[in-house]
Formats: sequence, structure tokens, C-alpha cells
Amino acid sequence: MILRTAQTLTRRAIQSARLTKPRILPSTSTIHLNLFAPLSCVNRGFASASSPWKDFPMAPPDPIIGLTEAYLKDDSPDKVCVNVGVGAYRCDQGMPFVLPVVREAENEINLEELDHEYSGIAGCPNFVNLALRFVYGEDSVPLKEKRVAGVQTLSGTGGLRVFGEVLHQFGHTHIYVPNPTWGNHIPIFTNAGLEVRKYRYYDNEKCSLDFDHLIEDMKNMPEGSCILLHACAHNPTGMDPTMEQWKEISHVAKEKNLLCFFDCAYQGFASGDARKDAAAVRMFVEDGHNIALVQSFSKNFGLYGQRIGALSIVADSPEEAQRVLSQLKVHIRPSYSNPPRHGARIVAKVLASEQKTQEFVEQCMGMAKRIDAMRSRLRTKLEELGSSRSWEHITKQIGVRTMTWHFHFFSRLYFL
Amino acid sequence: MYLRLATLFLFTATLTQPTVAFAMPSNSYLSTIPEGPPDAILGIAESFKSCTDPNKVNVCVGAYRDSSGKPWILPSVRKAEERMLKDDTVNKEYAPIAGDGRYVELALRFAYGNEMDLGSVAGVQSLSGTGACRIGGHFFARFAPKPKGLDRLPIYIPNPTWGNHIQIFKECGLDVQRYRYYDSKTNALDYDGLIADLKEAPDGSVILLHSCAHNPTGCDPTLQQWKDISDLIKEKSHHVFFDSAYQGFASGDAEADAAALRLFVKEGHNIVLAQSFAKNFGLYGERTGTLSVVCNTPEERSAVMSQLKLIIRPMYSSPPIHGSSIVKTVLEDEELTKEYYANCEEMADRIGSMRRRLVEVLKEVGSTHDWSHVTSQIGMFAFTGMSSDMCDELTSKYSIFLTRDGRISLAGLNEGNIEYVAKAIHDVTDGKSITS
Repeated sequence: MILRTAQTLTRRAIQSARLTKPRILPSTSTIHLNLFAPLSCVNRGFASASSPWKDFPMAPPDPIIGLTEAYLKDDSPDKVCVNVGVGAYRCDQGMPFVLPVVREAENEINLEELDHEYSGIAGCPNFVNLALRFVYGEDSVPLKEKRVAGVQTLSGTGGLRVFGEVLHQFGHTHIYVPNPTWGNHIPIFTNAGLEVRKYRYYDNEKCSLDFDHLIEDMKNMPEGSCILLHACAHNPTGMDPTMEQWKEISHVAKEKNLLCFFDCAYQGFASGDARKDAAAVRMFVEDGHNIALVQSFSKNFGLYGQRIGALSIVADSPEEAQRVLSQLKVHIRPSYSNPPRHGARIVAKVLASEQKTQEFVEQCMGMAKRIDAMRSRLRTKLEELGSSRSWEHITKQIGVRTMTWHFHFFSRLYFL
Repeated sequence: MYLRLATLFLFTATLTQPTVAFAMPSNSYLSTIPEGPPDAILGIAESFKSCTDPNKVNVCVGAYRDSSGKPWILPSVRKAEERMLKDDTVNKEYAPIAGDGRYVELALRFAYGNEMDLGSVAGVQSLSGTGACRIGGHFFARFAPKPKGLDRLPIYIPNPTWGNHIQIFKECGLDVQRYRYYDSKTNALDYDGLIADLKEAPDGSVILLHSCAHNPTGCDPTLQQWKDISDLIKEKSHHVFFDSAYQGFASGDAEADAAALRLFVKEGHNIVLAQSFAKNFGLYGERTGTLSVVCNTPEERSAVMSQLKLIIRPMYSSPPIHGSSIVKTVLEDEELTKEYYANCEEMADRIGSMRRRLVEVLKEVGSTHDWSHVTSQIGMFAFTGMSSDMCDELTSKYSIFLTRDGRISLAGLNEGNIEYVAKAIHDVTDGKSITS
């Protein structure tokens, strides 16, 4: 009852705020409905011999990107210049930020007058090798033993989709994702032909990791199931297991012979320390899991629109890795033939140079520190505004996102 | 004695136990994965790369080469990139799901013409032609009604066609069927076969048409033939899906190369169009294209756009921005656009000259075959009529890498290698037929 009263009071506060400035944008959850409705419910077909599209139903906007589209279309003079929907870094002036080392790399690429030839289906090999080294570490045994199959992908989304299709092709019927998870995970895997099941992850009431239930749900998974894990800075909760908890997850995954599939979208950007952000992934590899891993360089390199990522699978032998690689290519070719070059060149240019890598680490850390500072300021400000709710979880969470109280969060950020 | 036996037993037992502390996760699916087949085109390109023969020639992949055999960055593209680098307002932000709107608008004008009212055309940025075909295939599979009595929507693609079409549309859940296109007896368009097969196809099938410079044959219908195809398609209520990969690059004249698709729009077809800027802008690896649907009203357009976005988001979220930014920068600027058209014409002219030179040199080295079909074909490729055995021999004996259907990418020829290639072709075809 206390919860309901608090909700009601919040709603009333927000409604009264609406009567004054500034305009605010609704939470993603309020437009979450119907996005993942089965396709059959929008396939009405059409009968007329005139336009074949005349009976087309309007599909709902994407809950995350649709929010940005709404924000951009909003031309109200009262609009607060804040978009807290999509996960893209902004500097202190609220502007997009291109890392100086990225600009430097681009200038060098320009001077080299490189062509725009097709890369291979698997993408730029130099980029793939460097990307894998970045996440698995220089001392990685599977990398040294050449038993990691790796391909360049269309950022994280593209890698997830390719692997989902491979899973489906080779007999997997379902995949487990955390509840909650990044919204797009569900249609990605559904469209790949998998049934999406959820395991408990976040305790809404306590605003913390629901570890006991996570383990319980893992123990109840059918043996051999694929489980999706967020490598660091869980999206949207920002709550990650501790290293002890990861150890326990690894142990249960072994017992149940689960296929561990990591989504790594924030390495270096979560804590500011790329090595630390990859700790869970590296632990699982050391524990002997043949993991699958998707990396995105959207956030940490600020290369969002370049669509640059990698998908890798740890195999038992170089021969097995080659077979796996050949099948990844079979899925990529009828999807987009080969991946875009430009972003791969930028990342490769940076990671191939010790100096540039150091600059990148520092700039990434700079972004992570600003986000951390905003976390603290947000919590402080909310407390100063007289909120009686505990906002401690905001500073406990990690990464770009903060999971605020309940799902109905109406964002109102004043410049701090 | 029993103690010794017991000890022996226990010792033997330990030898057969695994020595690890826990069973390694088997992830048995990995061990069951067989080797996938190499791609018919890109797999050959990879073989070319690893070949060490100094005389090797790559006439496999459809990528332009200059007269020294090197990739060519169009000067207009180079200028556009430099402008982008100097522009501080250019950032790396996500494009919208449907891509850069201004780029899409310019791309559609390039295809449909400046007079086209784009208010009813749903257009999205795509991952070059492959990505556009994939989106288009899913679009048809989801929303076009299946012909009566069929449980899958058929798509009719020409025989032969670009190899990747088949797998793309199969992945979309379409029933891939073929229509006759090329007569290997005459090395020319099999127009009567094409018409017969389109008539035979169930009403409401999807028909894939190459808008110009058919790949791999280089044989295009005449404008009158296109008109008759259009009429037949209307009669049969078929859906039209154009694949446009060579506009501007086929004849050197971008307007002429778009004539067929513009005719169909004028005739009232609600076409779906896959557009690629890989060849004509030399932006192969930047994966730049569009997919568009000609609707009847702005309302239809909005609904179609929303559904296209639902296809894109779970595939790759949003498209890559570099290539589209280059195309936009060129097509927004009058001077750069003029320069671009000239660059395109230059590429088409060089390819045209290699086409004529190949036939000349074949005659010079003593070939008595009728190679006139090569000179009458259009676009990037020569569809020679050579058998797969002849192609294999060209590769194994002469390190000339081409696709096994006898398709040669003319851009891979230059004065430095044309005699070598012509002699090799003469050697493998002499005394044998190049028509079936």
C-alpha cells in the first residue's frame, strides 16, 4: 500500500510538473507494449489489385530509438535539451563526443588514401585479431592456440543476430536472457528463430541483483541451454555480479552444460578499466567454457553509427574453429555479404598502436568518470530535492544506464 | 594375492578415469558443425589472394580496376571524404533505423529521377544491395499474400542470376523459382522463354528483375521488351522487385540505366527497388544502398516505413554512416555531382574498351569462335559461354580466377594482361563449343 501511495504521489507530482516547464519524455516502458507482438498479428495481407500496401497496419515505434525520434521531432521551445533514452555518450555540454584518438586515426587513414574495396565476409582480419585480443587479453590461451573463430559484425546487434541464427541452425530451440535485458535482444533472437525465455536478474523492490533467483533459474534450465550474460554494466540495470558471484554462475553453468553467450557492449566504458570490464569473460574462458561473445565498439570508441563489432566463439581446436568460422560466413553472406570497412579501420589503427591505445584508454576513462560523476550528482540532487526514497542503488550501479525506482521513470534532469 | 589383484584392479581403474577435476562442458553443437561451403564468388576471390603465381589475374569479383589493375577511388568520392573530415559538425552518432534521411532522399532521386514525388515512396538505407535484397525479401514474405493454394510466396529470379540471390531469398522464407533468361544456344536473351515462364507463374508471384546490366549475362531487354514484360506482369498481378546495382556504371549514362525501372513506375507498378552504390561510387566495402517501396499515398508510406524498421532493428539496429555520408556529400553538391557523373562515365568507358579489346585480341590470337555476344553485352561482365570445366582449367593452368559460370569481370583486364587472358581462353576453348 505504501508503494502504491508513493506511486500515486509521484504521478501527481509529475502531472503538476507538466503544467509548468520543462516538457518531459515518457519512459520506454510505457511504449513497450506491442513491440514484440507476433508478426502474424500485423500481417493482414491485402486483397485489392490496386496498391498492395493499402491495408498496411502501422507498426509501433521502437521503444528506445523511437524515443530519440520523438525527442528530435519535438520542437517545443520548452523542451529540455536532455535525451536520456538511447545509450550514447554526451559531453558536459550535452553534445555528441568524437574521441580525439578516433579523429587522429581517421586523419591518418585519410592520408593513406586507402580504397573502399570489399573486405572478406568475415571482415577485416587485422581488426578481428585486435578486437579479440582487446577482450580476451594478450595472454589468452585459446587465442594463442588459434582456436577462437572470430568475425567482424554490424556492432552488437549484428553479432547477436548472426549467432542466434547459428544456434537455431544447429538445433537450439531457445535462449535464456536476463529479466530485464536490452529491449532489442528479444526481437533479435525471435527473428533468428529462437524462443526467448527469461531468467530472474533484478530485484525491483531492493534495486539489486536477484542472485539467489538467478542461480535457481539457472539450475532449472534444461541442460545444454544457451544463456545470455551481460559481460559488464548490465543493460538496463547497471547491476553486475561480483567476481564471487560470477564464479558461482560459472560453476552452475558447467554443471548444467550451459552454452555461455556474452554480450559485451561496454568494455572500458563501464568502469574505465578495460581489463576489469573483461574480467568475467576471461574467468569463464579460464574455467574452460567454450563461450560465444559479441563485442560492440559503439560506446567505448564512440563509433555508434559506424556499426563496428565482433562475434567470437571459443572452440576446442583450430580445426573446430575453422569449421565454426565457415558456418558464420554462410549466415553473413545472405544477410549483408561483408561488413563496412571504415569503423574497422579506425579501431584497428588505434589498437595496433601502443600510444594510441593508451590515449584511447585515457579518453574512455574520461567518459566513464564523467558518467560516474553524473551518477553521484543525480543521487545528490534527488536527495537535496527532498526525495524520501533511497537512491543508493544509483551509485552502486555501473555503466551508462541507471535503473531508477520502478519502471515508470519520468526523466527530468536539470543541468548540474 | 587378493590384495595384489585388488591393487591391480584399482590401478587399472584409475588409468581409465578422466584426470580433470570436472567434466569439460561439451557444447556438443560445436563438434557437430560441418565445414560450410566457400562462397561461389568471394571464395574464389580468397583463393586468388592466396595464389602465388606472378601471372595471376582476378576477373572474378565485380569490382572496378584502373588500367594498372589497381582499385580506383573516384576523385569525387575522395573530395567528399576530405570535406567530411574538415567538417567539425560531422560526428559518429547512430543513424536512425531507416538511415540518413537526406541520403535516402538523394539516392531515391538518383534512381527515380528528380520529377518523382517521393512523398509516397518508403525508402530506407540498406547494407548495399545484399542488405536491400534481404530487407525486401523479408518484406514480401511477411506482407504479400500467398497465391491461392500455396503455403509459401514464390519469388521468380532469372536463370542465371547473381549467385547470392538464391540464398538471400531462401533465408527470407520465400519459395525460390527460376524463369528462363539466357539462351546458352545463342548466347542471347531468351525472351520467349522469359515471357512463357512469367505467364506460367502463379498470379501474385514476386518477380525479380535486374534493372540494367544483368548479372552475370550482361543481356538486357530492349525498352519495348520491358514494356511488354510490364504489361504481362500487370495482367498476372505479379509484384515487381528491381535489383539495381549498376546504375551509371552500365552504359555510363545514369539516366539511361534507370529507364526500365522508371518505365515500370510510370506504368503504375508499386515496385520494390534494391539499390547499391558499391560499383557506381566505388564504395564496395562501405556497404551503401537503399531499399524503397513505391506506395500510393503518404499514409501507406508511413505504415510501410514502420514495418521496414521492424525488419531492420533486430538485424543490425541501424546502418553504417560512412558510405552514405560520402554519397550524400557528393549528390548534394552540384559540382561534385557533375564530377561524379564524369568519373562514372570514365569507368564505364574503360570497361567498354576492354570488352571490345578482348574480342579483338581473341581473334588476333587465332580464336575462330563467334564472340559477338561479348561485345553486345552491357555492364561489368562478359558472359563468355565457357563451361565450368573450361573455367576450372583457366584457373588451374593459368591462375585466371573467374566464376565457374564463365563470367569474367572486365574491370580486371588491362593492356598488361589482356593478351595473356585471351591466349588462355583460346587455349581452353579451341575446338570446343561455347554454346550448349
